[in-house]
Order: sequence, then structure tokens, then C-alpha cells
Amino acid sequence: MNLSLLIIMPLITAAVVLFCRSTGGIRWVSLAGVSVQLLLSFGLLALYWKERAAGDDATMLFEYRHAWFPSWNIWYHVGVDGISVSMILLTAFVMEAAILVSWSIKSMSKEYFILLHLLSAGAYGFFLSLDLFTVFFFLEVSVIPKFLLIGIWGSGRKDYSAMKLALMLMGGSALVFVGLVGLYYNVGGGHGFDWLAIGQMHMPVEVQRQWFPFLFVGFGIFTALFPFHTWVPDGHSSAPTAASMFLAGVSMKLGGYGCLRVAAFLMPEAAKEYSPVIILLATIAIVYGAFATMMQKDLKYINAYSSVSHCGFILLGIGMLTRTAITGAVMQMISHGLMTALFFAAIGMIYDRTHTRLVQQLGGLLKIMPFVSTVFVLAGLCSLGLPGLSGFVSEITVFMGSWQREGGMYRLATVLACASIVVTAVYILRATGQTIMGPVEKPSYNGLSDATWNERLASILLGAGIIAIGVAPFWLSDLLGPGVRAIMDHAGNAFGIK
Amino acid sequence: MWADIVFAFRQELIVTVIIFLLLVIKIRSAEYGTEVILRLVNLLLLVNFILGFFTGPDSSWFSGMFHTGRLVVLEKNMLNLGTLIISLQGYEWLKGHRQVFEFYMLLLATLLGFFFMISAGNLLMFYLGLELSAIPLAALASFDLEKRRSSEAAMKFILSSAFSSGLLLFGISLLYGATGTLDFGGIAARLDGSAFQLFAFILVLSGFGFKISAVPFHLWTADVYEGSPVAVTAYLSVISKGGVFFIFIVTLYTVFRPLAGNWYSILVLLSVLTMVTGNLFALRQDNLKRLLAFSSIAQSGFILAGITGSSRGGEASVIYFILVYIFSNLGAFGVVSFVSARTGKESIQDYRGLYATNRWLSWVIAISLFSLAGIPPTAGFFGKFFLLMAGAGKGNYVFIIIAALNMIVSLYYYLRVVKAIFMDSQPEPIGKLKIPVMSNIAFAVCVLGIIMTGLVGEIYEYIYSLSKGF
Repeated sequence: MNLSLLIIMPLITAAVVLFCRSTGGIRWVSLAGVSVQLLLSFGLLALYWKERAAGDDATMLFEYRHAWFPSWNIWYHVGVDGISVSMILLTAFVMEAAILVSWSIKSMSKEYFILLHLLSAGAYGFFLSLDLFTVFFFLEVSVIPKFLLIGIWGSGRKDYSAMKLALMLMGGSALVFVGLVGLYYNVGGGHGFDWLAIGQMHMPVEVQRQWFPFLFVGFGIFTALFPFHTWVPDGHSSAPTAASMFLAGVSMKLGGYGCLRVAAFLMPEAAKEYSPVIILLATIAIVYGAFATMMQKDLKYINAYSSVSHCGFILLGIGMLTRTAITGAVMQMISHGLMTALFFAAIGMIYDRTHTRLVQQLGGLLKIMPFVSTVFVLAGLCSLGLPGLSGFVSEITVFMGSWQREGGMYRLATVLACASIVVTAVYILRATGQTIMGPVEKPSYNGLSDATWNERLASILLGAGIIAIGVAPFWLSDLLGPGVRAIMDHAGNAFGIK
Repeated sequence: MWADIVFAFRQELIVTVIIFLLLVIKIRSAEYGTEVILRLVNLLLLVNFILGFFTGPDSSWFSGMFHTGRLVVLEKNMLNLGTLIISLQGYEWLKGHRQVFEFYMLLLATLLGFFFMISAGNLLMFYLGLELSAIPLAALASFDLEKRRSSEAAMKFILSSAFSSGLLLFGISLLYGATGTLDFGGIAARLDGSAFQLFAFILVLSGFGFKISAVPFHLWTADVYEGSPVAVTAYLSVISKGGVFFIFIVTLYTVFRPLAGNWYSILVLLSVLTMVTGNLFALRQDNLKRLLAFSSIAQSGFILAGITGSSRGGEASVIYFILVYIFSNLGAFGVVSFVSARTGKESIQDYRGLYATNRWLSWVIAISLFSLAGIPPTAGFFGKFFLLMAGAGKGNYVFIIIAALNMIVSLYYYLRVVKAIFMDSQPEPIGKLKIPVMSNIAFAVCVLGIIMTGLVGEIYEYIYSLSKGF
């Protein structure tokens, strides 16, 4: 399969949207575009299974190389393994849902949809890239669309949030850039930026020790690494619904994916050395994020802070460096991506109708809009890790993997992370109880309508993903298996952990 | 023989022909409309640009005074393209100006000076070219004849320019004293790093520092940029700077090559100072012209970072970046120039809510600013990436970290403008402006250039293949 199609498709959609005249046309073209992307990503999944079933055990499948800047040894180089296929599926799901819930956007809808398509093109490109230059390129591509989406269509302190997000993410990519330059000149062997080739070289430990922090922290900022998580609550809360969904659902995963691939794969020895620091920061993020969420009164802030906490599990899993923990981390990326997108979609639907996101001003929504409320509850239950939903599967995998790492500190971190689930249950159940259950807070809410067809479709899509992973996690773990195995085969000795 | 000369000098000759053509028309004071003149000049510049694509072998004329080759022709063509874009953008402003003839004569004389300067193989030739461009530039700076600020700008420019020329000349004379020759190759062969030669080098470097507005020689920049007509400001910040950078590389990489150990750390220091100062001052500006002036100082810092790489990649990345910079900066200046010509508004506050009324203009300036900030997929991203990659080639990573931090600072002030345009509103926004065809062509060229120069890798590779390097 020609993987570049996945990058080109959103661009074509954006180009067609540019020439649409009516708002309806823009919406339908966008929907058609993302639906084609969804089909493409399912096609990719099928082809991937077929290829693996046929016994192809190469690390990356469907590779394509094209010299871009030969004098710098920079290539356009794409390829996928199970991990990237699952991330691409996640992106396609979230994009489809994001377009569906944006149906009611009226002001400057053309720009809005174009920016969303550019965002998704960047995300696809990032997950497909096998060259560090293009990884960096696609990482930065998304900064400006995010800035504009939040700044123009956002709510609340949108100027502040947009600027903060743009500058902090730019800071993250500046660190990544320094790390890349350092690798380029210190690895030797003329490998340029090809990270598969660099990975095979096993860099000297001193080089790894020097450049690992740049890359890890740089990517970490994108995934809310404590103490660089502060853009997350503001950014996610101010963004319009679809942008929040994409930001929390996909963009934050760029960081986790980058941490796993670039940092842990390229520099396993350094990852081992720094793993106590990573685990410490991740644990702080998990616990702090959970407690900070308890204090929030705005539904979007609740979900944004809980994202900090949940993304902590991703970093915890990566930091633990055991096979199970890394599998769990990737599962958590997918699960959190779907869950948080669904949560933001539900919050958006509630906000569109009641024009408030404050928990105190809501109540008894189940009586008025049963579908929206059910979606909200489903997302909440997934967030607190109810068995049968994806959150449970991914978190339990992270915990089991973490427990495999022996040592007092690691055990303590695991216990603390597990304990945070209780706090999660407290804030989720409290928020759900106040907004969904109880008497109707304001008489004016009585006449509100339930979800429209497009909102229902978006919710069902994301909800189906959550349940599919929750009920039958094996298909996801089978998909991730070879990718994680490749990482462990490559780095397992360095990790020194079975 | 004659055919060879004509071919080697074709770009200079065409520019000279345009100047004389204008002169003849002016003397005979024929009743040509301003628009006819504008179209004629633009057409001839276009012809010159197209002729620049026909390349010949490297050759050297007048006992090494004048060099030409594919790289030099490319560089001249870049400057020519930039001048053409400025001329198209200035169409609106010039149409209402009484002295269009004089404007073009001065402008083209400057361009001619830069052409000779880039081709120089001898310090005398280099200096002649530089002065040929400096004096008309001062006249151009005062071309808003009714404005006092414009005259003030011209005065500041001529004083600082004369001062820097003085330093340069002093340095050149000392070099002549030290080596007994003015030929680039000859000087390089006789340099041994004695204190006397280093002193001469510092003087020459200071002269260059003024021209490229490197800190601490930047003080004239903001005032002159603010006072001059926007078209002239654009010319100063892009063409003048680009031309000087071209010859600066040649000087450093060939003439002062034996002193490379000495100039490396000086340049790193200059680069850091220039970036940091330019960015910090730009943060506080509300006038867009001043903001772009300080941002262009900061960009000079980045270009210097690429030069410190002292490698073939370094040279290629600098030339490539200047091409990118021509498109990006002219895109931004073009919009500012157009809005200023129509409404007289130049501050960030005035631009609030621009997007609601002028979508195309807003996107042009936004894309240009993103490119200046180095955000992909614009060409600025590739330009900055390669400059800093080249700069890191010597293993000085602290320097690269400082540069990377500067990228974040610069993003802030570029985004401030974008924020004002797209997100803010005001009671009386700039109304809907009708854009003439000429300006639209120029904007389209800039946007297309910004997008294509980066994504099409062959452009960089072509420049790389021509670069001689260190």
C-alpha cells in the first residue's frame, strides 16, 4: 500500500474544501474525506494482517524511500509496524468523529475544516515517518493549526491559551531539534536521520546520556510531561470541541509515540539510566493530575487535568521498560485517545445546548438528553477504568508491567499510580452524579433536544472503539505485539529487564 | 570575444540599459504615463530574470577583477527577482509618486552596484560595487519627500554608511599594506595571522557588520527602516542584506580563510548577540515596520550561524536561506507596504480584525510570518533547519541551544501579529482593499515561493551543487 496516500488524502480534502461555496458542501466534502481516510486506515489494517499472516516479519512494512535533501542525507521515508497502524486507526477514528461533531460550526467554517484537515495530515505523517527529519517536520506542522483553531474558535481565555500552547509546543520541538542535531553529528556512520539505521548502531553510552534528555523531554512536553504539562488544561479547555478532541486524542499521543520510538528505541542504555527520573515525573503527573482534577468545576478542565493524569500512565509504562508495560503504554495511548475524544465530544454537546460547562449549573441531564448523558457516562466509566472498557485493559496492562520491574521505588510508583484510580473514581463519579443525575437544575433545560444524527454517529464510532478494545483486547495486543517485540529484541539487553 | 563579454555581463548590461532607457525618456520628457514606465521596467526586469537561467561556464575578466559563474549568476538572479517583486509591490505607491523615473534609476543603480560587488574578485572592485549601491540607497531612503522622518532616515543611513565604508576602507588599506595586493586569492595566500592582519580583518568585519546590521553595529537599522518608504525598507532588508551576505561568504571562505581559527569565535559571538538583541527588541515593537526591522536583525544572526559552519553545507544553507528570506520578508513587507500606501496604518493595533475584511492579504502576511518564524511546511523551516545544522557542524552545541531558544522567542512576536489579524477585533477595522493585479502577482509569487522552495528539495540541492564551500 502506498502510505503517502494517508498524508495526501487530508491535503486533497482541504484543497477541495477551499473551493467549496456553501457551508453544506464544506461539511459533506470534509466528511467524505475523513471517511475515505477511515476506509484507508482499515484497508491498511487488513493489508498489514495479510502481510504478517504471510510470514513477513520485517520490522517495518510497506516502506517507501525517496531522497529529499541528499546532501544532508535527509529522506522522505515512511513505513508502518503494528504500533503505527494502531495510531493511524486512532487518528482516523478521532478525525471522523471530530468532523461529525463540528457540524454546527458557522463562522468561518471553511478555514475551520481546512485547519482540521491540516492537523490530521500532520498526525498521519508523524506516525508514518521513519526519518527523524520528517518526524520533526510533522511534529511542528501541527503547531500553527492548533494555535489558530484555539485562538479563533475557542472560548474563555483563548488568546492566552493559544499563545501558551504554541510557545510551549515550540519549546518542545526546539529541544527535539537540538537532540536531532546532536544525534546527527555524534552517531557517525553517515546514517543521516534514518532512525532504524541509527538504532542498529548502538550508540556509545556517553552520547546517549547527553542527547536522551533533549529528545525525551522535547517529546514529553507534547504528552504533558510534568512539569511541562501546563499548556494542557488551558489549551484543551479553550479549544473548540473538535480541536479539543484532536488535541487530547491524537496530538498528545505524538509525544508518547515519539518518546517510545525515538528515545527508548534509539537510546536504550540512556533510557535505562534515566528511567527513575521518568518514573518519578510520571508518577507525580498521575497523582498530581488526579488531585488537581478533583478541584475543577469546569467539565473541560476536569477532562483536561485527567488527561495529564492519564498521559502519566503512558510515560510510566515507557519508563518501566518491561515488555508488558510498554504494550500497556501503547494501549493506553489508543484507549485514552478514544476515551478523551468521546468525553470532549459529550462535553461539547452539553455545552452547545446548555451554554455552560460548570458542574454546579448542570443537573438531571439524563432526563432531558438520554443519549448525550449515556455517552458522557460511558466516557467517564472508561476513564475510571471500568472492566469491559478500554481504560481498564490498558491501565491493568501498565500496572502489571510495572510490577514486573523489581525495586522499591518502582513498586512504590506502581502502588501510587494504582491508588490514583480511586481519586479518578471520585472525581468522575462526582461530576457524573451532579451533571447527569438528580433533579433538573434549571427549568430552561427542559426543552433541550437530544443528540442529532451526526453527534450520535460520532459517539457510536468512538464508543464502539472503546468497547471493542475493552471486550476483546487481544486483537489490539496482537497488533502491537510484533512492534513491541522489535523494540524489546533491540533494546531488551540494554534494559536488562525481562 | 565581444560575444563572450556580453554574455558574461548580460545581467549588468540589461540593468544598465534600463537605466539609460529611463534617462533618455526623462531627458526627452516624452509624455509617457507613469503606468507605462512601470510596466516597461517590470517587463525588462522579468527579461533579465529569465535570461539569468541561461548559464555559462565560470569565467574571470579583467585580470581577476570580475568573476562570474553559475553560482554568481544564480545569486544575481535572486536579487533581480527580489527587485522585481518589490517593484511589483510598490506599483501602488509609485503610481501616485511624482518621481518614478528617479526612483527606478536609483534603485537599479543600487542593483547594479550589488551585481558588481557579488562578482568581485578584488577588494577594489568589491568596494566600488558597494559604494555604487550605498549612495543611491541613501537617496532612496528619503524618497517620501514630504515626510521629515524619511529625510531623517536618509541622514542616519548616509552617516552610518559612510562610517562603515570608512572602516572598511581602512581595513582594506591595511590589508594592502600587509599583503601588497588587493586580489582575493593573492591576499589569502599571504595571510599568516599576525596581529596587524587581524586588526585589518576586524576593521573589514566591522564594515560588513554595519551592512548586515549585526549587533553591535545595528543601531541605524530600526530608525532607517521605519523612516524610509516601505518599498525601500523592503529593499534594504532583503536585497541589500542578501547581496552583502553573498560577498561576505566569499570574503570569509576565501580571502580570510587562513584566519578561520580567529574569526570562528568572533562570528559565533556576533551571531548570538545579533539574534538575542534583535529578538528582544522585536518583542516590544508595536509598529510593524520596526518589528520587521528587528526581526530582520535577528534573521541576520541566524544567517551568521550558518556561516560559522565553514562548510559546503554552510555556504549552501546561507544562499538557500537568503532565497527563502527574499520570499518571506517581501511577502510580509509587501502587505505592510500595500496597507500603508492605502490607509497609512502601520501598527499592530491597526491590523486587528484584518482577516474579516481582507482574507487574502491576511493569509499572505501570516504565511510569510510563519516562514520567518521557521514553521513547517513553509520554506523558512527548511532554511533555519539547515542554517543551524551547518552551524552545529563544528560541535558547538551551546550555540545551537541558544539559537533554538531564540526560535521560540521569535515565534512569540510573529504570532502576536497573527493573533491581531485573525483573533482580535476593533470598532474600525481596515476596510476592504482592492488589490491591483501587479501586487497580486507579487503576493502570489511570494506565497508560491515560500511553499515550493522548501518542499521541493531539488532547489536546495541545486544550490548545494554550485557551492564551493570552505
